[in-house]
Order: sequence, then C-alpha cells, then structure tokens
Amino acid sequence: MNIFSLIQYVLFLGIIVALVKPVGVYLERVFAGERTFIDPVMRPLERLIYRLAGVNPQQEMDWKQYAVTFLLFGFGGTLFLYLILRIQPILHTFDPAFQPAPLAPDLAINTAISFATTTTWQAYGGETTMSYFSQIVGLAAQNFLAGAAGLVVGIAFIRGLARERTTFLGNFWVDVTRAVLWVLLPISIIGSLILVWQGVPLNFNSYPTVSLLQATVDTNGNQITTQVLPMGPVAALEFIKNLGTNGGGFFNVNGVHPFANPTPLTNLISMLAIAILPAALTHTFGRMVGRPRQGWVLFWVMFVLFLAGIFMSDWAEQRGNPRIAALGVDTTVSSIQAGGNMEGKETRFGIGGSVLAAVTTSNGATGSYNSMYDSYIPIGGAVVLVNMMLGEIIFGGLGTGLYSIILVSLVGLFVGGLMVGRTPEYLGKKISVNEMKLILLYALVAPMIILPLTALAVITAPGLTALTTNSGAHGFSEILVAYTTSMANNGLNFAGVSVNNPFYNITTAVTMWAGRFGLVVLALALAGQFVQQVHKPVTPGTMPTDTPLFAMLVIATAIIVSALSYFPALALGPLVEHMLL
Amino acid sequence: MNTQLRPALTVFALLTIITGVIYPLVVTGIAQVAFPSQANGSLIIAEDGKAYGSELIGQQFDDPKYFWGRISATGTFAYNAFNAENLTASSGSNYGPLNPALLEMVQARVDALKAADPDNTAPIPVDLVTASGSGLDPHISVAAALYQVPRVATARGLDEAQITALVNQYTEGRQFFILGEPHVNVLKLNLALDGVQ
Repeated sequence: MNIFSLIQYVLFLGIIVALVKPVGVYLERVFAGERTFIDPVMRPLERLIYRLAGVNPQQEMDWKQYAVTFLLFGFGGTLFLYLILRIQPILHTFDPAFQPAPLAPDLAINTAISFATTTTWQAYGGETTMSYFSQIVGLAAQNFLAGAAGLVVGIAFIRGLARERTTFLGNFWVDVTRAVLWVLLPISIIGSLILVWQGVPLNFNSYPTVSLLQATVDTNGNQITTQVLPMGPVAALEFIKNLGTNGGGFFNVNGVHPFANPTPLTNLISMLAIAILPAALTHTFGRMVGRPRQGWVLFWVMFVLFLAGIFMSDWAEQRGNPRIAALGVDTTVSSIQAGGNMEGKETRFGIGGSVLAAVTTSNGATGSYNSMYDSYIPIGGAVVLVNMMLGEIIFGGLGTGLYSIILVSLVGLFVGGLMVGRTPEYLGKKISVNEMKLILLYALVAPMIILPLTALAVITAPGLTALTTNSGAHGFSEILVAYTTSMANNGLNFAGVSVNNPFYNITTAVTMWAGRFGLVVLALALAGQFVQQVHKPVTPGTMPTDTPLFAMLVIATAIIVSALSYFPALALGPLVEHMLL
Repeated sequence: MNTQLRPALTVFALLTIITGVIYPLVVTGIAQVAFPSQANGSLIIAEDGKAYGSELIGQQFDDPKYFWGRISATGTFAYNAFNAENLTASSGSNYGPLNPALLEMVQARVDALKAADPDNTAPIPVDLVTASGSGLDPHISVAAALYQVPRVATARGLDEAQITALVNQYTEGRQFFILGEPHVNVLKLNLALDGVQ
C-alpha cells in the first residue's frame, strides 16, 4: 500500500471519529425540537410551513400513519419528477446550449423512482439529457427531500426503541421539515461553496466552445478544432447528492468528471459528506435510548467492516492488472506515479483516492463514484458488490443504515438467544414471534428479488442486450450489480452495461421501489411493535449488547447471512474472474 | 389519508421551492461573486482574449512535439466533452480487466509511444496507456511526463533539461502535501511549450 493512501484513509476515518459525537448530539437536539444556533433563521420558516400546510407539530403519528405519509411523500416526489422530465423542452428558462428532448416514458419513470428512493440510478448521462431546470428543481430538490425522508425514518425507528407504552413515533411533516432546514440545507450551503472554490462550476451559462491547441480527427476522419464544454449549476447538485446519500450526479460519469470532483480535497469532502451523518446517527441513537455505549458498539462494527473493505480493495487495485504489466508497462507505485490499475481511474486521485470513494460509496448507499468500477480488478469490484450485499449497514444510507444494522443485530441476537435458550431482547424490548417475522422478512426480501431478476436477465434476450462492453463472468457481475444496487438503493453501477431499455428500466425500477418502500414499511412496522412494549429491566440473564462479543456477533451474522444468500452468485461472477486473471 | 393530503402537497411544494429554486439561486449568486473563474468552468483565457479550454478538461494530443495525455474513451473523438449531434459526452472505457479489447487498446498505445520515440527503452507508466474514467482527465502522472521528455525535446530541438524544468514547473504536488497524487496538467504544459501566455 502506498503510504500516502494509508494517510488518506486514516485522515478520513479520523475525521469521522472526531465528528460522530458533536454531529450526533446536534441531530438529537434537532429532532427533539431543542434549541440550536440556527433557530433564529429557521424557526420562522418552519412555523410558516406548518401554518400553510395545516400541520399541528404537537400531533404525533403511529407507525401506520408515519408509513402512509412517507409513502405519500415518496409517490409525490416520483410523480412530480416524472412530469418535469416528460415536459422538459417546455420549461425553457434555464436551458443550456442544446435543446433537451423529453425523456422517454420508461426512462422518465425509472429516473423518477430512482431519485425518489435515493437510489439515483442514472440510466442516462446528465450533460446530454437534462435541462438545468430538471437538474435543480427536479433532481437536486429530490436529493434533499428523499434524503430527508430516509433520515426521519431512521429517527422514528430509534424512537420505537427509546419510547415505551405508546404508539407514537413522531410527526413525519415536522421531522422532514427539520431534516431539510436544520441538517441538509445548512451543510449543503457550506459544502457547495467549498466545491466551487475548488473548481466545480456553478452557473446558468450556455455551453461555451473553445479552440483546441492541437487539431484532432474524429472516427469519420473529419478534422476537429474545437471543444464544447458542458456547464451548469453543478455544485448545487453535487454536494447534496452525497450528503443525502443519493449519488445522482450532474454528469454521465458522476464524480469521475473533473468538473464534478476537481481535486483530492473535493473528493475527501464529498466522501465525508456521505459517511458523517449516518455515522453520527449511531451516537444519536445511543443518546436517544439513554445508553451511548450502544451507539458506539454499532459505530465500531461499521468501522471494522469499512476498514476490511479498504484493505482488500486497495490491495487488489494497487497490485494492478498483470496482463497489462506483461506488455512492458510499469504498474509499480513510486513517488512519481500511482501505479496499480489505472484503467478507469483519474490521475489526480490515484489508487488511494479512488479506493476510498469505492468503499465509502458502496457502503453508503450512495451511487456516486470517482472511478469506473467496471474496470476494477475482480477482487476490487467484488468488495464494491459485497458491501452492497451486506445490506448497506456500514454507515449505510441516511437513516436507513441505522435501522439496517440494528435489524442485522436483531438476527444475531435471535441466533444467540436460541443458542442459550433465552428469549432474545434488545434494549429491554422483547423480540418475540411477531417481531421475528418482520425481521426475517426484512432479511429475505433482498435476495428474493435480486437473484431471480439477475437470473431472468442472463437467460433472456432482452436481458443480455445489456452486455455491450464486457461478457462472460464480468458481464454476469455487471448485471448482478445492477439489481443489487437497485435493491440496496445505492445506484452505483458497472457502467459498461447498457440499461436504458424497457427491460432494465422497468425491472430495476421495481427493485428500487421494493428496496426502499418495502424495507421502510417493515422497519416502521417493527418500530410500531417495539414502541408499545415496556422496557424490561436488565437482569444477569440479559445478553449485553454493548460488548466486543456482541460486536463480533453482529459482524459474523452480517457476513454469514449474506454469504448464504449470495455466495453462489459471487462465485459465478467476481470469483471466476479472479481465477482467470 | 385525506387529512394528510393537504400537508403532503404543501410541505412538498414548499420544500421543493426552498431546495430546488431558492437554494441553487442563492449559492450560485454567492459563487459568481466569490469565485467567478471557478464557478464558470476555470476557462484558460490567453492574453489575447482567446479561450484555450478549461484547466479541468483535457484535450487530445498525438503530435510528437506535444506531451500526450491519457487515452480517452469518449464518443466520436477523444476528449469530447459534449457532442451535440449524437449526444455523447464524458465516458470511460468500462473494459473489465479480462476484456481483450482492453489489452488491444493498451498495446496500441504502447506501439504508438514506441513508434514516436524508438530509442526510449524505459517501461511505460501505466496511466499513459490506460483510459481515464471520465475521458476528460486533464492530468498525467509525473512519471508519464518524464517518460515523454526525450521525444518532445527532440521534436522541438530543445535541451532535455529545459523541458524537464518546464515539467517540474507545471507539476502540482499532492494537495496540502498529503491528499491525492502529484500530477501534471497536460494542456497548460503544452500551452507553455508553445509560448502562449
């Protein structure tokens, strides 16, 4: 490993560890309605919103009402975005140089669902498909709203464990307004300006044409002497795409594009934006249930699994592609080159910056990226895939990551309880038959959708049309990634696969919907069960859930459950490829 | 559910206006005042007012007297940041590591480099023979630049030490001494070679 790569990883994780407590405390205060330093600006705005909407902030909802409002919010976002994308040319005001066409219905519905579920799987290239209006009023706004919706479901879930003898989990409208005004908006204002400072464009200009220093020829033999540069309100979209753990970027190649991610600093800030709120939420959780250690245990589980991914991916990518080295190419690391597998990577990031992004985004349910995963060494690509298969529990998506890792812990507790013959319980809440049914359903939904759809795609003609760049085991991996990422609401992809056709637009849309709304409803139902229970007192027979032993139980459960579900699929994809390399 | 319809529509509409209209306009306004060059694409404007490109977007070079950049897999022509006719733009090759097309691409580049500079027996740095992820990477590694110094010096009839000094001048080190990789901006280097201010 390059020493500077190691320094970057340590710096990244060090900043996260340092920020968990202060940010976690802030989140707790925001959702409890306590005073914060930006109240003078936001409180009047908040009150105005409640007045216009007819919301009574004191009136709370039970799990069913919370779920219904969440779904309404999501469907509303989907419909609104669909309309904007279908009538793009009519909304003239912010059009760039080219006249964008309306999106085809299957692409529009796929994109609408994709952004409303925070997947932000992009079966299109932004700078050639979207008007500026669509990018900001459509996509950027959805990045805020859908990200906020995920965060508040996480908070509601925590309340389910923290409260007792009630049915109320909070008021969705209050929570989501607070999430946007107190959390996502302030951080985005600062973050997007830092991005601009480093070179990310933020304008409403038309695309300028510049002269090339040296003329070149195109594939038809014509002389080319100019270059058209894409422009737009890039920074307004780029920061919130990461902060809300969405991932949908302005450009076709997302964070690989020099305009979206110009320097190693923007890369670091963007990756921190993905991980910090989900990481801090573990501390918020610990505080809200009155036992901070419980939160730290979950955080360190995430930390360990994160590091494991970093080391494996860095090892694979730094080693490089032996077939390329055999052609007389130097892939060794030195003070003057990054070396390793540079296919699909950018010079300014090298191996360390690219691997950091690969592991952070695949773990963070965020579909942004700064290198092309399709060109990764098999083990490197496998790390990306496995991180998603584990269920986005390593920091994970905003809000969703927290209840995902707790659900995995509950599976572990159930197994542990079986081993010692006791009814499992978590934080004083009993896990009996009703709870276990919901937990197991949660664990089964993902493989039950990903694997059959992948199988369908690889045995039918429409499915196989996706393999326009790679084939064989790597092609299989590409398709497996497409469904895994949709289910995990991640959105990253192996970009060589051509999925802008009805088969994939529809099947991935269904998967994204199931991955988001299906799992949210299950989590809220479980929270609804928990919140009615009384907290049982701690006895000598209670299994402690704040010890290293428990942490190891969670890690083992996560790996074993995923391995059982996905090992055969992994064997057909990355593992075969690894043997052949 | 009917009671939730009004809050749903209103909260959705208001938050969309705040995050989708007000926020982008506000930050764009601040950015245009505080960071005008970056906010508008970091364009390289010469003293005569001509725009030579962006600091952040690479261009294709294959003339022996220029430094060559990385391979670009964008459509129609290399470093094609936006093509209006067929609507293609930034792109990587997306070749998997076992893809025969990958090795063909690398071999072709190796052959082209060797043909342009037959006496150079040093191993070729990997970033010079691989496609960048965006197809628009403006940089190459320092090793890749140093590899090309002999060829450029010969083509321009200049001293190798002069060229190396220029490369060092246009080498950007790691950010804050620890982030990222040292890199050379190919376009700016070539503009300097041509004497464009």
